Amino acid sequence: MALILTEEQTMVRDSARAFLADKAPVAHLRKLRDSRDRVGFSRELWKAFAAMGFCGILVPEALGGSGLGHVEAGIIMAEIGRNLTPSPFLSTALVGATALLRDGNAARNRELLPKLAAGDLILTLAVDERAKHAPAATALTAERSGNGFKLTGDKCFVVDGHVADLFIVAARSAGAPGEREGVTLFLVDARAQGVAVERTVMVDAHNAARVRFDGVTVDADAVLGEIDRGWPLLEAALDVGRAALAAELAGLGEEAFGRTLSYLKARKQFGRPIGSFQALQHRAARVFVELEITQAAVLKALQTLDADFERAAAFVAVAKARAGTSATLAVQEAVQLHGGIGMTDEFDIGLFMKRARVAQELFGDDGFHADRLARLQNY
Amino acid sequence: MSDLERFRRETRAWLEANCPPDMRQPVVADEDRCWGGRRPTFKSEGQRLWLERMVARGWTVPEWPQQYGGGGLSREEGRILRAEMRRLGCRSPLDSFGIWMLAPVLFKYGNEEQRREHLPPIARGEIRWCQGYSEPNSGSDLASLATRAADNGDHFLVNGQKIWTSYADKADWIFCLVRTDEAAPKHLGISFILFDMTTPGVSTKPILLISGKSPFCETFFDNVRVPKRNLVGDINKGWEIAKYLLAHERETVSSVGLPAGRPLGQIAAETLGSQDGVLADACLRADIARFEIDAIAFQLALERSGDLLKAGQASPAVSSMVKFYSAELNQRRHELLMVAGGSAALEWEGERSRSGERARNWLRSKGNSIEGGTNEVQLNVIAKRILDLPGA
Repeated sequence: MALILTEEQTMVRDSARAFLADKAPVAHLRKLRDSRDRVGFSRELWKAFAAMGFCGILVPEALGGSGLGHVEAGIIMAEIGRNLTPSPFLSTALVGATALLRDGNAARNRELLPKLAAGDLILTLAVDERAKHAPAATALTAERSGNGFKLTGDKCFVVDGHVADLFIVAARSAGAPGEREGVTLFLVDARAQGVAVERTVMVDAHNAARVRFDGVTVDADAVLGEIDRGWPLLEAALDVGRAALAAELAGLGEEAFGRTLSYLKARKQFGRPIGSFQALQHRAARVFVELEITQAAVLKALQTLDADFERAAAFVAVAKARAGTSATLAVQEAVQLHGGIGMTDEFDIGLFMKRARVAQELFGDDGFHADRLARLQNY
Repeated sequence: MSDLERFRRETRAWLEANCPPDMRQPVVADEDRCWGGRRPTFKSEGQRLWLERMVARGWTVPEWPQQYGGGGLSREEGRILRAEMRRLGCRSPLDSFGIWMLAPVLFKYGNEEQRREHLPPIARGEIRWCQGYSEPNSGSDLASLATRAADNGDHFLVNGQKIWTSYADKADWIFCLVRTDEAAPKHLGISFILFDMTTPGVSTKPILLISGKSPFCETFFDNVRVPKRNLVGDINKGWEIAKYLLAHERETVSSVGLPAGRPLGQIAAETLGSQDGVLADACLRADIARFEIDAIAFQLALERSGDLLKAGQASPAVSSMVKFYSAELNQRRHELLMVAGGSAALEWEGERSRSGERARNWLRSKGNSIEGGTNEVQLNVIAKRILDLPGA
């Protein structure tokens, strides 16, 4: 498969680009942040996402979705990255939908997926329990209780957890933290007895939550995937999220770099554009090269998720790590090359740096994925 | 069965029958490569046979037209041949500056007589070429070159000196940039000429490098007579050819410089050992994994740039990007190999280290960011031609 977008995918990109630039540019995030919005994203925008077919992008047409692939999902994420648009697209339309789709419970999916595609259901994965992503370290306990399970433990960095209708909770039903065996996924209603949600506003003005599960009882049919063998499903949902974040970081990095390049051409000191100085030209050229290489890695990961999902892990690790480091470089250079104005809250470039830091951390930073690649390559 | 499927099947069978076993081993050292020429050196009988058999089919240059010694294959067939060679691990039968650098110039700028004279011996590996570009006072500022070709009626009289001429002491012919108009602005007085290295007045002197090897020479021209029919393209228009060729060279240098074979972490595990399948040195393991991430991403970027080219969306300065990044990657790779090897990698002589192979390759890699246009020059090109940043 050629590592370029098809004509149809280019059309998806063009329409997503026009839509997001119009409806949700950086000013949209700024307004939500400055007004201390209680939701942190626009529910009206989320309904517009549904009308565009974005909410159900991965959901089959028979269940009310668009039936498109991961490349198309990544295309939308890249535009979200360019505009720093806050929305439950990642948590719900990609990670949440993947868990349901790959679990494959037909009755449950007939009930939930049309709602999700219509923008009427927010669903998120609760996996992290400590400050660094480590899914195998899952310790939240799932004790057998009657016909079902009782969940006890704390989760953090649950994206959109403050407004989620449903949580997909990674829990320890057997074995010990650190083992992949013994992890089970549960679908838990946010209103269930014993669930306590604390909204955490993050540095990038996006939202997550700390969620406490205090002896929450669920039926056996709340299980997603297999009991004690939930690991493959968890990794599948995470890998879709990681590849999507890589696409977001790639879009974000390109936008921050594009703005920096314009500034280098416009800003004059010593009687000439600062972009004429070789010291700055070389820094800009390095950033450009890093971002270009990342584009290929991201597209490969997305294409592999579409064509050969089971073999995508290494490419996803490469894409998430590369996108994380190259976007980090792009935003750091962006602030430095903008000089003093880059340090002001009024100017947008700092917002790109903030989002890049959060997206780097989410679902594993470059160090996490370097370790993962090393294991996949047997060293 | 489609024609291409049949071609694939026949090619596979032919390669299996005709590629000698030792030509299916990876190239480890520079000496493993076959360069042909009037005084060819073959490391083994297998290497000689492999060249002879591939030449007979025109497969040293599979996609060239047959009248120039090529295989006359379509692009699709060429791709299949390369894929089948990769599958079997076949080495390139012939490494050649003639194929990589001069031939594209002759196809684009040469006349028919020049193509007929020079392309078939290049394809057959009979004539080995070298490139006369850099001079002692013209490195990154190549267009300031001073080697003079004076108009002497039916020939040019060439005087001057080149440097960093790869394998000049082993080459049979040289393609050379010379000044043919001293009064014109520097880019507009350069011409591109070809001549035999046995012409009276040509001499070479190998340069000993930090690796202890001498792949480059100083090359001297003292009243060398070059027939005028050996001028390629128009007089004083050589700079355009030089730029065209440099772009090709960047791609070649890059494709040669790419790390191949096993993941670095597995090589490191041989000396450092592992615990539970994890490399014993945690710091080095992280460095290696980050290197592998960049190396895999770079391979994908190369693949993508090829696909963009086919789709007519190629960026003009992509070769600079490729040259820059492959040099950085290859240098990182050799640094990591030295760290992984520890004191064993420091041995300079003797069987155990294969005459200090790892250390010598490490030192050799330092030239990657200098030869064929320094990394700083590549960044200049990217800044100006892709990013459109203003000149000083």
